[in-house]
Amino acid sequence: MDSILPTLDILSQWSIPLAILVILSAGVYRRVPVYEAFVAGAREGFEVAVMIIPYLVAMLFAIKVFVASGVFDDAKRLGGRMLASIGCEQYAETLDLLPLALTRPLSGGGARGVMLEIFEEHGPDSFLGLTASIMMGSTETTFYILTVYYGAVQIRRLRHTLPACLLADAAGLLASVAIGWLWFRT
Amino acid sequence: MLNKVWCGLLLAGILYGFVRAACHDWQRASSSPGGVVAEEGESSTGPPASGPLASAASAASAAARSGRGLAAMGRDLNAAALDAAESSVKICIGLIGVMALWLGLLNVAREAGLVDAFARLLRPLMRRLFPEIPADHPAQGAILMNLSANMLGLENAATPLGLKAMKELQTLNAQPDTATNSMATFLAINTSNVTLIPFAIIGYRQLSGSQDPARPMLAMLLATTISTAVAVVAARMLQRLPRYAAPTVVSAGAAAPAISTEVAAVDEK
Repeated sequence: MDSILPTLDILSQWSIPLAILVILSAGVYRRVPVYEAFVAGAREGFEVAVMIIPYLVAMLFAIKVFVASGVFDDAKRLGGRMLASIGCEQYAETLDLLPLALTRPLSGGGARGVMLEIFEEHGPDSFLGLTASIMMGSTETTFYILTVYYGAVQIRRLRHTLPACLLADAAGLLASVAIGWLWFRT
Repeated sequence: MLNKVWCGLLLAGILYGFVRAACHDWQRASSSPGGVVAEEGESSTGPPASGPLASAASAASAAARSGRGLAAMGRDLNAAALDAAESSVKICIGLIGVMALWLGLLNVAREAGLVDAFARLLRPLMRRLFPEIPADHPAQGAILMNLSANMLGLENAATPLGLKAMKELQTLNAQPDTATNSMATFLAINTSNVTLIPFAIIGYRQLSGSQDPARPMLAMLLATTISTAVAVVAARMLQRLPRYAAPTVVSAGAAAPAISTEVAAVDEK
């Protein structure tokens, strides 16, 4: 695993220069007015980026206020007491992952902070550190993506998007904990 | 839906923060054993929605006295609101350059016929995932470009390509303010994060002094496959439920009561 990783890293770093090379050569070969085509596309990109701003301000505002109130820390503490009261203390260490699971769909930066905290407290190679890595790697910042993507086309009625995305997140997080538990618990 | 989630997050955050900090202050002022009763009295003055949250607050603050008083909580909430406003504009300003670069390149690739060739190659898969998109529509290519950028872990490229895909999907949308089935499926796949090599996380593990930073890579791939599979199945199943039907169908009025005024407005048209 260690020997192929640097190769993969180099491949990944070169994927963008290579893609640019392929695109430009294909454009020249097909006699596309390359410069004009680029500028036309770039103008569209500018407009989309500016259009997102109000949607993102609204969503990040709500999320940050919610997280700042400290709900997630309390949820962890409450969960610990409940587990202790029904006599399942041996599962209590998994509760350190609860704030990460709850923060993950809301805030990318926040979840990264929680993960680094877990690394610091338990070590990145511990059961909790490895499971936290899997949780981070198998899900995305759902609310941010929905806000930005739907904001760009100004859609307000999401229909089943949010439940579908949250179901997928829940499945990913539960699968992460299950895999971590079976694979990395010593 | 979005109205309720947004409003709920804000109200819950502020009310919860207030009750939590008030309990904290009150407990410090008089650490007598009768505290629990008084806290429950306080929580019941809030609106019913904050009931379970407030009782969680009293239990937790009774368990561990580490917490913030009213002054510190107010300052934190204030800072969080202002910080959100500032950082979201920063994100978008940062996006402008990247968006321009990637959509510029994509436009060159499209005019050179590369995107169409790619889309033709993966047509069988796309027809299953997005049956609503016509065969030669540019949305196919844009979706594929976004998913490939995601798989390679190229976050800077994925967002512009994904937004381009949304704009293409919007051209197929009969009701511009309502999500289509294809959009929901696309976003469900997108947020379940199909990444082959998560370099960012491997990097963080390395920084934190891990002996074997790449160790959970296979486990991540397994977990992300599960979440993507659930995403596709959930999106395709939920779109058939009457409560998520597009608003042309009259039964959309049976959806959550908070948006019923909006639905009524649509019906009147």
